[in-house]
Formats: sequence, structure tokens, C-alpha cells
Amino acid sequence: MTTIRAKKAFPWHIIFFLGPGLLIYLTVSVYPLLDTLRLSLYNEEMNGDLTFTGLSNFSKLLFDVVWSDPFWNATWNNLKFFVVHMLIQNPIGLLLAVLLSSPKLRLRNSYRTLIFLPTMLSVVIIGFVWQLLLSPLWGITENFMWDIGLGDYFDAWLGKESSALFTLSLISVWQFVGLPMMLIYAALLGIPDELIDASVVDGSSAWQTFWNLKLPLIMPTIGMVSILTFVANFNAFELIYTVKGALAGPNFATDIMGTLFYRTFFGFQLQEGSLTMGAAVATLMFLVILVGVALYLFLFQRRVQRFAL
Amino acid sequence: MNFALPMKHNRGKALVTHAVLLTYTLIALFPIFVVIVNSFKSRKAIFNDPLALPTTETFSLVGFEEVLLRSEFDVFFSNSLIVSVSSIFFVLLFGAMMAWALTEYSFKGNLLIGMLVAMGIMIPIRLGTVSILELMSSLHLVNTLWALIFVYIAQGLPLAVYILSEFIKQVPKELKEAARCDGVSEIKIFFTIILPLIRPAMATVAVFTMIPIWNDLWFPLILAPSDGNQTITLGVQQFVGQYVTDWNSVLASLTLAIVPVLILYMIFSRQLIRGLTSGAVK
Amino acid sequence: MSNSHMKKATKTIAALAAGVALASTSFAAISAEKLVIESWRNDDSKIWSDVIIPEFKKSHPEIEVVFAPTTPADYVPVLNAKLKAGTAGDLITCKPFDASLSLYNKGHLDSLNDLAGMENFSDVAKSAWITDDGANPFCLPMASVIHGFIYNKEIFEELKLSVPKTESEFFKVLDTIKSESRYTPLVMGTADQWEAATMGFQNVGPNYWKGEEGRKNLISGKDKLSDPQYVKVWEHMAKWGPYMGRGYEAQKYSDSQNLFTLGRGAIYPAGSWDISTFNTQADFKFGAFYPPTPDGQDTCYISDHTDIALGLNSASKNKKAAKTFLTWMAGKDFASLYSNQLPGFFSLSNHKIEVKDPVAQEFLSWRGQCKQTIRNSYQILSRGEPNLENELWNVSVQVLNGTMKAQAAGDQAEKSLANWYKPHQ
Repeated sequence: MTTIRAKKAFPWHIIFFLGPGLLIYLTVSVYPLLDTLRLSLYNEEMNGDLTFTGLSNFSKLLFDVVWSDPFWNATWNNLKFFVVHMLIQNPIGLLLAVLLSSPKLRLRNSYRTLIFLPTMLSVVIIGFVWQLLLSPLWGITENFMWDIGLGDYFDAWLGKESSALFTLSLISVWQFVGLPMMLIYAALLGIPDELIDASVVDGSSAWQTFWNLKLPLIMPTIGMVSILTFVANFNAFELIYTVKGALAGPNFATDIMGTLFYRTFFGFQLQEGSLTMGAAVATLMFLVILVGVALYLFLFQRRVQRFAL
Repeated sequence: MNFALPMKHNRGKALVTHAVLLTYTLIALFPIFVVIVNSFKSRKAIFNDPLALPTTETFSLVGFEEVLLRSEFDVFFSNSLIVSVSSIFFVLLFGAMMAWALTEYSFKGNLLIGMLVAMGIMIPIRLGTVSILELMSSLHLVNTLWALIFVYIAQGLPLAVYILSEFIKQVPKELKEAARCDGVSEIKIFFTIILPLIRPAMATVAVFTMIPIWNDLWFPLILAPSDGNQTITLGVQQFVGQYVTDWNSVLASLTLAIVPVLILYMIFSRQLIRGLTSGAVK
Repeated sequence: MSNSHMKKATKTIAALAAGVALASTSFAAISAEKLVIESWRNDDSKIWSDVIIPEFKKSHPEIEVVFAPTTPADYVPVLNAKLKAGTAGDLITCKPFDASLSLYNKGHLDSLNDLAGMENFSDVAKSAWITDDGANPFCLPMASVIHGFIYNKEIFEELKLSVPKTESEFFKVLDTIKSESRYTPLVMGTADQWEAATMGFQNVGPNYWKGEEGRKNLISGKDKLSDPQYVKVWEHMAKWGPYMGRGYEAQKYSDSQNLFTLGRGAIYPAGSWDISTFNTQADFKFGAFYPPTPDGQDTCYISDHTDIALGLNSASKNKKAAKTFLTWMAGKDFASLYSNQLPGFFSLSNHKIEVKDPVAQEFLSWRGQCKQTIRNSYQILSRGEPNLENELWNVSVQVLNGTMKAQAAGDQAEKSLANWYKPHQ
């Protein structure tokens, strides 16, 4: 009905389509985020009143050793957590995806489904499961390592300052490796057969085909996997909270931004929580993620353009 | 080209491929297997031989009895179900409507709203927790499932809009134009033509929305932590925190939390994978 | 989703929504005559609902009481969220000193100055839940807990060991257990952190800093945490590591309880609240001894910590009923019920009560032999950032794990206290 458009009637239908979703999205997501940014500029008095204090919360967080030590510690740990994912999770995911996409593979669906399975489970469950498996009391891992002759290398990994964070990172990698695998696998399937056939006819080896043809084509997917990993890692909380508690011990060796945020906002044991300092930590997390996302958009800009029509 | 060589080469390659995939499958399944198996054993057997399957001698359901007696797993489960089903329903409905509006009509603010929603894919809603808690307090929704449902709708919408708009774009122009020529209203076009066409994508979105909701600990912990409002993830977290000394109960509660997800996964994995491989998420 | 599908789904959702709405309104309707108790003592919920509350209802059938605990680790944050939202219960379990004082200052707790029954508590008992000027008590004291060591009597008999009185005897016993048996000599882990400070530092420490005297000197600024009497505590603890069994760094509180009740360990640094858990889980006889004194010291000191109290939520709509309940709690019946149902929690009221549990009796008997004090980080010293309690957890864990020297622990704790606390600057 082109006449409707010609008359330029008020587009009620657009309001109808956009309204409910947009209302909820703006109220529960956009507004709280902006309000959090606002709250980070205030200080909460003893009686609960808020007073405007400008950037003093941030100067505390970044420069006052009492706050900045934990903050930088958490940031640094979070970065390590992310690096482990990038260096271990995503390459393994890529390898599994490439193997899965090999032509005429039998049991493909079974492998795919089973390897993806841990991703479906709650991080809380996974945390408890691994805690039991690595428990020196139960000794499953210890006995297994004795069986394969590595018993002497067993240690209370989750309890040692030097190994706790790395162990937790590996648990997380174990759980989520299915995600990059699936996404990259899908991208590999999306490569037209003619291109691959052409490359084979040209005499390229499988390795050359992968390196020269497939990898560049799946680069956007790898970029997306990386940014998803980045955001998820800098937003992580559950695994550490479940396994190490809100205090993220020993000696804060496993403290990441999510646990720091939780402790700052809600307090812990005799430490009082602070609404406004919590907001300040959240704001800094927001900035970190924003920088990451901006970097990604800058490197893979093609994708924004497509989404924005 | 010599045909014998690639054949042989292929068989070796297939063997290696299977070996690697099989190994990794075992690594992925082993921990879950150990937990489930041991939940059916007596306390002594759990500690003495963790890797053995339960025998008639060591078989014991004491953990499950304890869990069902001392916690409200049925309540946790139905809470999780109510929260995820309601959230998914609204995410799909509102998400599809928004996706349709953003892709089909050009209007002032389209780009801005599109960008705002796109931001939501990358910026976790968790960062707004401080104010979400304030907001829910002022609406008197703290400690209700509604608080969770609202948060999860807002959390799920961006990705839903993104994925669904990709699909809506692929709907042939002729279909819509034909309907418009017949005088069908925009709203009816959406519900009778567009929605049925994007059903496969909806399934994918549903699964993608479901996983983080079902598994979330953060918001249940903060917004609805007690009084029979716990979701299953929080319920298990609290239960295990409470009864850590009793390994039978711990293993049984973990098993009870894992099994429903396994069943759901077995039912929906086809949908999930089809969604993924048909390029729903590019 | 097709139209018919959607209709069906809409119906389901509507039904669910109606159910949720119904459930919440019915809850509101009952709450007019119902008291809800917020607590972190989830271990005790059975005893509250099966014994204590029925006993109260005998004399007050018109008042409904519900014990609604949250897990200990979540208690403080969850309670704060509920208070903010106005959904917290009528009665709120109070941690001692500043944590509850700030609730009072923020207007979440009522003053209990005029509560009938408050006269049954001594000033010492009330000291943990009173304003700095001593004018307004804001929680009704419930119980204190005592620290010490619980030991497996059968293992001691098997190895012909006697209970150690002094520090050197203590380490000799540990040596014997280590060299002559496969039992873990000292059952404690550092994964959960709090045991290191609570069952370690606050347990053996009072002997070194002379109980109350040292605690007060710390508050006044006369003593520093880097002084020898504190460093010696950590030096003592630094020697525990080799006796704590393989992998203790990843051993949680519950793992320790399991290890001990499975009969795999000999000595367990304890809080008296562990007694009830052990009563149900251990199938061997166990006893208790107080922290061994440093060699040559005659006086022994124990931590007899005012641990738990109950306050009245200012936002409660049932204040009259709540006060009735609190007054009942101040009476002898409750004191006796509580101390005997939960052996290891010792009533703080002035009523004479007979505690029947033998191990709890042992703990109680130390009150006659040793001088008592409370944990030194709770009063005033955890008011600032970083708070002393968390700091003590952290350094004590590191000392036990062997990653920090005793003197360094003292220096770090002192430095963080001096950061905000004037008398130490």
C-alpha cells in the first residue's frame, strides 16, 4: 500500500514494534549503566546520603595504594586470565573446528555435540566439579597422575598462590573451548566448495589451503571470538566466586575485576560495601571493555557498517 | 596425479583426526562422568575408589534422599523454568519486533537505536548492577522472579535483535510487497508472514538466550537470593556451600543440576547447531 | 512461532505470571502476624524450626515465627540488599561490633534500651552491640564462642599421647603423630582463609598478647601489630605448615571437618561451634584442650568471643510481636534451650544454665582456669580501609603457607592499620 507512505501518516506501527522491547532495554539496561557512571562521581555518607565528589573515587582507585593495589592486582590477573584463554582456548577451538570440518568425517555430529556439552553447564557446577576432582582429599587427579608416573608433580594447585589463577583459567578454557570451536567450524563450512576445489586443483597442500585460503576467510570469525572472549573474561565472576570465594585467595592471587567489584559493592565479612565505590569499579570495567570493543571495531570495521545497514 | 597416495594419506589423516577428537571428547566428558557416577555411591566407596562404577554393594541413593529432604530442588527448578521461559518468550517476541522495525522501516533515529542495541551485545548488563539493584528496590521487585525476568529480557534483546535482523533481511521483498498490495496491515504482515519464516532463527536465539539465563549466578545472588526464589544455579551454589561436608549430598545436588541440562541439550542441540552452521551468528 | 503457537505460549506465560503474582500476594497477607528471622546460621535451621520456635509457640501461639537463613558467605551482602529494598525480615541476626553498629547508624536497627529482659545481660555481654557512648544497645546478645583444639581421643590413646599444656609439649605431640602414624597431625586448611585468622591467630594469640590487656593496648595505639608479642604468634603458626598434611593450601573448611570426622586427623584447631557438627559426624570419642601456653607462662588466655545477637529491623511492621519474641529470648528457657541444642554456643545471659554436652563443658570449664578476651580485630579496628579482619586473614594464610615471614606479616598488618587509624599513625 504505497498510499500510506505517500500520506506520511504517523508511523504507529513502528512505535508498536519498537516500543515494548526498547522500553525494557532502556529502563533495565541503558539507564542503569548511565546511572552507574553518574553514581561513581558521588560519595555515600554514613547516613546513606549521596554527595557529589567529582573524580575522587577514581583517584582513590587508581592512586591511593589501599585501593589501587587491589585494583591493579585484579586488572593484571584479569589480563592473565584473558591471555590464557587467547593462547590456549582459541587455538584448541580452531584445531578442533578444522578437524571437525574435514570432509567425510564420521561421527562428526557426536563429537561436536559432546565437546560442546560443558559449555552448556553452569560455571558454578563446573567450578564445584573441578574443585572435587583436584581436591587432595579425594585424590582423583593425584591417583591418576601416579598411575601415569607423574605423581610427584601433583600439588594443591588451586590453593597455591603461584598456580591458582592459571589452574582456574584452564578450568574455564576446558569449559568454553566448544564456543570458538562451533563458531569457527560454522565459518569453515561457509567457505564455498568451489574455492577449496580450485585451490586443490592448483596443487596446494591441505596446509597451504588452510593457511592461504581458509584462515584469511575465517579471520573475521576469529576476531569475533577474540572480542567475545575478552568481554566474557573481563566480566567473569562466577568461577572465582564458586571456587575461591569473594576474597579470591590466596593473597588475592585469583582476584579479578568481577570479584573486586562484588567485594567493593557489597562488602565482605567486616568490610563495609560501598555503593559509590562499587559504581566506580564498574565504570572502570566499562571503560576497559569499551576500549577492547573499540579496538575490535577499528580492526574489523566492516561489521558495524553491515549492521547499521 | 597418483590416486593411491592421497587415499593412504587420507586414511592416516582420518585416524589422527579421530584420535584427537576422541581424546578431547573424553577430556570434556570425564569430569561430568565422575561426578554423576559417584553420586550413586556410598560415602566410603566415593573415597576409596572414585573411578569405579557403583556395584550392588556400593550403590546408594543417600545423597539424593538428603538433597530432596533438605533443599527445595523442585522449587529451584520451577523458578529457573519460570524465569527462563518467560524471559525467552519476551526476548523472542520483542526482539523480533524490534529487528523487524529496524530492518524494514527507515525512520529518524533508526541508526541511533540500532547502534544503542548493538552496544548491548558487547557491554555486559552486569556493569549496571549497582543501579539495577537501586531500580529494583524502588520498584519493590527485589526478591521476586520479576526482577530477574526484566533483567534477562534486557540482557537477551541485543543479540536477539542482531541475529533476527540478519534473517529478516533475507526474507524476499516480493512476499512483503505482495501482501502490502493486498492491503494487509504491517502488523499482520509481521505476525503472519515474517514470524513463521524466521522460526529456525528463533530457535537458535532461544538457545542462546537460555544458556546464560539458566546458568547465571550473579543476578539471582543479588536480586533474588532467598525465600524460595532461588534459581537452580543459586540453589545449588547455596546448598553445596551449606553441606560441603557431606559429599553424597554435594555430588547428588550437582548431578541433579546437570541432568536436566543434559536432557534439554540432547533435545535442542540439533537446533543450536543448525542455527550456528546456517550462519545465524556470523 | 506461528499465531496459534504464540497464543498457547501467551496463555502459559499468563498462567505462570498469575501464579507468581498469587504466590507473592498470599505471602504478603500472612506476613501481618508473622516474624521472619534473618540469620547466617543455616546449620542451625533445623533446631530453630523443630525445637526453639515450637517452644516459643507454646506460650505465644498467636505469633508465627520463621527462621530464614542465608549461607554465611552471602549473609552480609544479601542482608544489605534486602534492607535497602525493604524486604528484610523483622529480626536480624547481628555480627558483633562495627558491622552491626553501622546498621544501627544507618537507621536499620531499633534501639533496644527499653526492651524488657535486657537487664539479664552484663555490660560485657552487651559491649559488642552498643553505641560507642554506651547509651543504646541495639541487639540482644545471644551467645559467645570459645576457641581451642579438639582432638581425636582414640588416636591419642593409640599413640599414648597426653594432652599438651605448653607450646613445646604441643609440638612434641605433633611430632610424635607425624613420625609414628599416618594420621594428619593438625587438621586445618588455608583455602577458605578465615580459619587461618580465626582458628589460628585468634586461637593461640591471646596467650602472647595477654588477652584483654593486649587488645586494649592495640586499640589505644600503645601496642603495634609489628611488636614482638604479635610476631611471636605468627612465628608459632609458621611452624604448623609441616603438620598440616599434603595439599592443605587447597583444603577448605569443610574438607578439614571431613578429614577430622573420618578419623584421618588427630588435632583440629576449633571453634566451639564445631562440636555439634562433630557430634553428628564423628563415630569416635573426641575431647578438647585450650591453646597451649608459651613455655614458662603460668596464666592462660582464651578467646571467648561475643559472636551472635539478634536485633529489631526498624522497618518491621510487627514490632510488638518482635519485642515479645526478643523478651522471651532474654529469659532462662531460651538460654538453656539454645546452649544445649547447639552445644558450643554459650549463652551470654546471667541465668545459671547447665550445659550437658561433655565437650562443651570442657570448653566452658576453661573460663574458670584462663583469662578471657574477644577477637582483637572486631572492635573499632575494622572500621576503615583496609579493615584489619580481612588483613589478618590474608597475612595469616600467607604465614601458614610459608609465603610470608612472621615479622613481615606483623609489618604488613600494622601498616594497613596505620593507613587509616589515627592512634597507630
